[in-house]
Amino acid sequence: MTMDSAVVSAPAPPSPVAEGKAVADEAIAFNDVTVRFTTERGTVTALEKIAFSIKRGSFLTLLGPSGCGKSTLLRVIADLIQPSAGSATVLGVRPQAARKNRDIGFVFQDAALLPWRTALQNVALPLEIGGGRAPRGPRSPAELLELVGLGGWEQAYPHELSGGMRQRVAIARALVSGPKLLLMDEPFGALDEITRDRLNEELLHIWASTGTTIVFVTHSIYEAAFMAQEVLLLAARPGRVRELVRVGLPTPRKIALRETAEFVALAAHLRRVLESC
Amino acid sequence: MSEQATVLPMGAFVDDSAARAEFLAVKRRLLWRKRLLPLAAVLALLLIWWQSIEIFGIRPFIAPSPVAVGEVLVSRFDVLMENLLPTSIEAVLGFLLGNFAGIAIATAFVYSRTMEEAFFPIAVMINTIPVVAKAPILVLLLGNGMAPKIAIAALVCFFPTLVNMTRGLRDVSNEHVELMHILSATPREVFLKLRVYNALPYLFSALKIAASTAVIGAIVGEWIGSTTGIGALIISATYNFDSPLLYATIVVGSTFAALFFGVITMIERRVLKWHVTRQP
Repeated sequence: MTMDSAVVSAPAPPSPVAEGKAVADEAIAFNDVTVRFTTERGTVTALEKIAFSIKRGSFLTLLGPSGCGKSTLLRVIADLIQPSAGSATVLGVRPQAARKNRDIGFVFQDAALLPWRTALQNVALPLEIGGGRAPRGPRSPAELLELVGLGGWEQAYPHELSGGMRQRVAIARALVSGPKLLLMDEPFGALDEITRDRLNEELLHIWASTGTTIVFVTHSIYEAAFMAQEVLLLAARPGRVRELVRVGLPTPRKIALRETAEFVALAAHLRRVLESC
Repeated sequence: MSEQATVLPMGAFVDDSAARAEFLAVKRRLLWRKRLLPLAAVLALLLIWWQSIEIFGIRPFIAPSPVAVGEVLVSRFDVLMENLLPTSIEAVLGFLLGNFAGIAIATAFVYSRTMEEAFFPIAVMINTIPVVAKAPILVLLLGNGMAPKIAIAALVCFFPTLVNMTRGLRDVSNEHVELMHILSATPREVFLKLRVYNALPYLFSALKIAASTAVIGAIVGEWIGSTTGIGALIISATYNFDSPLLYATIVVGSTFAALFFGVITMIERRVLKWHVTRQP
């Protein structure tokens, strides 16, 4: 209904490897990270000895059944949860340091916009935090709204926007301080399939045009396979790494890619691994 | 939104002036219905009241006819207004004082759990004392002037604001808190950019309650050893069996409370433009 096909003109995707080599090579490295929660009913191990690493500029999807700790893993990267054991390195430093450098952007499942702010004011929020000393990305809030296809909606309040539009605002907000790492927690999980497909394509454009490393949580096999350079498959109870699958599909990708034999084979492989969890 | 729709790539809006005009006409009709129906009901009740007095021959000191009340409203308008003035000053000052205190203490509670756990039960206990019992205590403490009435009005405003404001400042969504954490916001930024705004809808529902209870508080305060004010007039009219004046005084008092409520509602509409449940 309210979704327009926001075609984002994007340069060719940067070569992740070439860009990453310049600084520290790894965007994220987990070294046997374990997370336990203690509740009234006892201790639950959400993540058990998670170890993996991804290069800068990569697009990683976290895929697994509910209860496998995908969101917990994302929150360890964002310094929202501290590991009970093991250590995580984000952009070469501890997660806390990466957060304080404002190198991390986060997109929540239900947008989490502030309802008293217009779309433009919501996008500008990160620039106001930190006493005016907040880092500025290469694009202004207005340019970012344009980038996510919401030019003309600057003054709309969140309740005047559809679910897909709110999620676009949330993506623009996460990008405004020019983060090196974008974390997305099932960002399109609550959207209808058509809107989700469109936003998937657009997010790949944004990834290509910004060169940001993206970690994307999903429970859709197709979404995970379509978006990713790498898919991290997780098993549940306790959450542990099943397999890190490298995706060799060509970029830039269009939704029609899902009908190709390679894609079908990849999705089938992911499904088999998940079923064996 | 509607003027934007024509320029934006929404695609869904088509300009159909006839259908639009009809839609607006229906909407207007419903609005007038909503306004006129209560008015008609009030008029009908007044008519029934008036006719019952006439038919059953009820004597004026038991219940006056609405016509007599109307006559008093006109003939003794100056007396009524003279007495409304102190009551309205007490109510408004008490409203400001009580709500200011409620907001300040709610802020302290949100910053310090210890404060909340120590003092909230005391606030609950004070709130359980009925207004009519608090009034004599405050008159003894503060003398016979306006001060005790302002204090009573403030006390009745204080509690709903304290409870609602504390809840509004605390009930921020988890994701908003996580967002602020990821942005490395200071506690002060979290308070000013998140908690205060989050509390505004809660605050306004408390302020609307407070607007009418502040007037009640001031009137109850005037019942005890006061010579002016709506409360004092109610007492003296009752003792003199002057029921038309009693009723007229009540009409003036509640009209003032309703106006006060209306002003707060208007401010709420301006401030909470963004709020979803706001009624246009």
